[in-house]
Amino acid sequence: MANKYVGERVKRTEDPRLIRGLAHYVDDVKLPDTLHVVFLRSMYAHARITSIDVTEAAHAPGVIAVYTGNDVAEKVGPVPCASAGAIPDLKVPDYRVLAKEHVVFVGQPIAAVVATDRYAARDAVDLIMVDYEELPVVVDVEKAAEGGPAIYEEYGDNIAYRLTAGEGDVDAALASSERVIKQRIVHQRLAPIAMEPRGVLARYLPGEQEMTLWTSTQIPHLLRTQLALMIGIPENKLRVIAPEVGGGFGSKLNVYAEEALLGWISMQLGKPIKWIETRRENIQATIHGRGQVGHLEVGCNNDGAITALRWNVFADLGAYHQLLTPAIPTLTGLMLSGSYKIPAIQINITGVFTNKMSTDAYRGAGRPEATYIVERAADLVAAELGMDPVEVRRKNFPKPDEFPFKTATGLFYDSGNYEAALARALEMADYQKLREEQKRARAEGRIMGIGVSSYVEICALGPSQAMPAGGWESATVRIEPTGKVTVLTGASPHGQGQETSFAQIVADQLGIPLEDVTVIHGDTSIVQYGIGTFGSRATAVGGTAVYYAVEKLKEKAGQIAAHLLGAGAEGVAFREGKFSKEAARAASAAAGEVPEPVLPAGQAPAGALPEPEIEGKSISIQEVALAAHIARDLPAGMEPGLSASHFFEPTNFTFPFGTHIVVVEIDRDTGEAKFLRYVAVDDCGKVVNPLLVEGQVHGGIVQAMGQAMYEEVIYDDQGQLVTGTLMDYAVPKAAMSPRFELDRTETPTPVNPLGVKGVGEAGTIGATPAIVNAIVDALAPFGVRHIDMPIKPETIWRIIKQ
Amino acid sequence: MKRAVSITVNGKTEQREIEPRMLLVHYLREELGLTGTHVGCETSICGACTVLLDGQSVKSCTLFAIQADGASVTTIEGIAANGQLHPVQEGFWEQHGLQCGYCTPGMVIAACQILERNPDPSEDDIRHGLEGNLCRCTGYQHIVDAVQYAARKIRSQASGVGSQGA
Repeated sequence: MANKYVGERVKRTEDPRLIRGLAHYVDDVKLPDTLHVVFLRSMYAHARITSIDVTEAAHAPGVIAVYTGNDVAEKVGPVPCASAGAIPDLKVPDYRVLAKEHVVFVGQPIAAVVATDRYAARDAVDLIMVDYEELPVVVDVEKAAEGGPAIYEEYGDNIAYRLTAGEGDVDAALASSERVIKQRIVHQRLAPIAMEPRGVLARYLPGEQEMTLWTSTQIPHLLRTQLALMIGIPENKLRVIAPEVGGGFGSKLNVYAEEALLGWISMQLGKPIKWIETRRENIQATIHGRGQVGHLEVGCNNDGAITALRWNVFADLGAYHQLLTPAIPTLTGLMLSGSYKIPAIQINITGVFTNKMSTDAYRGAGRPEATYIVERAADLVAAELGMDPVEVRRKNFPKPDEFPFKTATGLFYDSGNYEAALARALEMADYQKLREEQKRARAEGRIMGIGVSSYVEICALGPSQAMPAGGWESATVRIEPTGKVTVLTGASPHGQGQETSFAQIVADQLGIPLEDVTVIHGDTSIVQYGIGTFGSRATAVGGTAVYYAVEKLKEKAGQIAAHLLGAGAEGVAFREGKFSKEAARAASAAAGEVPEPVLPAGQAPAGALPEPEIEGKSISIQEVALAAHIARDLPAGMEPGLSASHFFEPTNFTFPFGTHIVVVEIDRDTGEAKFLRYVAVDDCGKVVNPLLVEGQVHGGIVQAMGQAMYEEVIYDDQGQLVTGTLMDYAVPKAAMSPRFELDRTETPTPVNPLGVKGVGEAGTIGATPAIVNAIVDALAPFGVRHIDMPIKPETIWRIIKQ
Repeated sequence: MKRAVSITVNGKTEQREIEPRMLLVHYLREELGLTGTHVGCETSICGACTVLLDGQSVKSCTLFAIQADGASVTTIEGIAANGQLHPVQEGFWEQHGLQCGYCTPGMVIAACQILERNPDPSEDDIRHGLEGNLCRCTGYQHIVDAVQYAARKIRSQASGVGSQGA
């Protein structure tokens, strides 16, 4: 195939509407007679509702209806958890879309006010009278695991599940290790903060008995299935549309109470119903990420070989399970081998209920936790042995010829060359010189640190056997009669740029201009069933589905072309957008199927010469499409039209990797850490669009900076959310990050024909430990070996002043 | 209760009767249907709602519409003149300065303001100039590149050298 677009820095086709303010996010979709919902949410983290009086609110100006938990209890099913069944003995509390008698986190919806406009609905919320009886609040995950009052009396304690995983005899391996290092590690709770908060617009048509529901989601099809079950509408009467989606980061990979409620209310009132989340609601009641507190034990020998690793972790699940809540810590367990050969690994998870919003998938989803643990472990080993952190990493890497590499967590890493990515990063950073500079800086009393992280991540989720609701992805590709190509993908994007990257793949395969390809996504009535965009899967799984659909389509087009060109047994071949007999001969000659005649020197082989009788006899695939639709002259028995679908089921995950190197200098007087350098070498396999890959890496690194240095969802001891607005929750700003120095190595995956691995989460996975390692390295002269995140200037200042 | 306001938005003077408590961003989005201005935080932090009010960039989520009575407002829809992308918009496209696009209208307006105040800003100037605007997708580097692209293009246009931006 002529390679014109794949691998090039192609500008995005989705941008013109976005940069002119003409795109349509949920709140930009306007329907006549729309009613607006505002929720009353619990002001207590844990309480019994003894009474609710909505009388005054129901009679307020503009109010159409007020619904409480009693109104919907028998009508709308509970918020689903996909992990129920996958985790043995998992306790699953009944998560009602509106609380009835028991509220278990601040921000939990209690009542929905429907009014003619948002202002009226908001006014009326204040007129609802709720009597609460406060109950003991469970905030601290470790204390909650130890005992004390149970949030759900029927369970007797706050343990949602316990799970042990891993291979090898960790006890024996630790006992025979020359050194064992222990460290308590905290992964603070984070808020995903997609810049567009969530929002829903539901329109039920009583005559047609059909519903259209616009929602800011990463998974329109999975959501449709769940909502149909929750509100009792046939799935084929429910159309879910993910319009322009303003960021997700996992927070919109879920099924939320508000989505079901809006649909149900629309069915009650027969009108379009809209709810747009405020940022305060977003931080209270959209899923959080991370929230693991645990104890690391790592064994090593004096030569730096890591012998065993154990992670005993308390996972702060929050009060309820959202879609994937209890599954996230299990992903941490899968990735505890990191980039290293560790013979024995064990994770012991205690999933704990607390009076907080649920944790769930936030960019990386369990893997940033694993990478952080392993990469901190590598540095702890280096510190213990007085080795260079780089040497510890090299010592434990599997070699390129050891792939597929089996870990003691039960995975097979598909392909990798960890040493090459590390070497390139070291070269770019000029590592040895940096270490010399550091010596000089220290001699001058400056506080400078260098941090390294060699990560591996698990992407392209994934084989269906490992997924709660299918791990495949779908595509349909059509060539319309005018030659324009329509691509339908189940991988609905929310900023990743699939309208461009998928079009690049298709345009190259078909040998046509990019402008002739349109990628449609996010509408369950237009697009065949799909899974969605998360887990760095869109290109590796969804793009591959597109690739195979195009190959199928080309096969049919080739049969039609052969028929039209009167090609006999030799058939036609496809080259640069055209089918021809000449190309078929050239191809078979190139493939060595035609025996090469012995020719005098200087004379070209016969197969490569144009045959006079077929000169000029070729047909473009776009012309074939017209013939396929007119259908007057098709091969006998062939179906008209030119369309193909493919549902791609991957045989394995992919495992992208890389090395990030960070240089920081700390201000002795303020404790502020300033980035001097940020070098990142990522290997995500083959790359469709380097521009988009860079964008993904940049964004991920800055989110990682947020976790390492600024961000934390804080609840006080009464379970009140202290960081409830963007004035309190510190999302990184432009002036906080340095200019990144990026490069890539390229190790294709054998898992898909595109060789692509995925890159969406690399930054949040690889960068966090690199930054923390740099700060810890800077403070090593103060006797520091570990600091918990977020590492704020105050923390550093206190260490320096001690 | 309602008050009459007259606000010139993107060059067109609009008269409306509105509640005094109506926020400027809701006036633009709901009354005028200009949905390019977004709401991201309601607290003046994220900048998704940034518009120009008499030439000054402001957060329209924390201004009442009546505060703009008699004033002139430019929204993202008014940035491209005669269908031609503004150099800042062009920069965002060329340099991949956006992913999900939600912060982009506010970013573009803020960038226009930066360049109006300083046609030749350093990278530091740009990063500090964007402190009132949050982006969760891009990590800002390509946004900085976009503003630098626009600065070069505007300067070259001003000096009549042609329209080579990069």
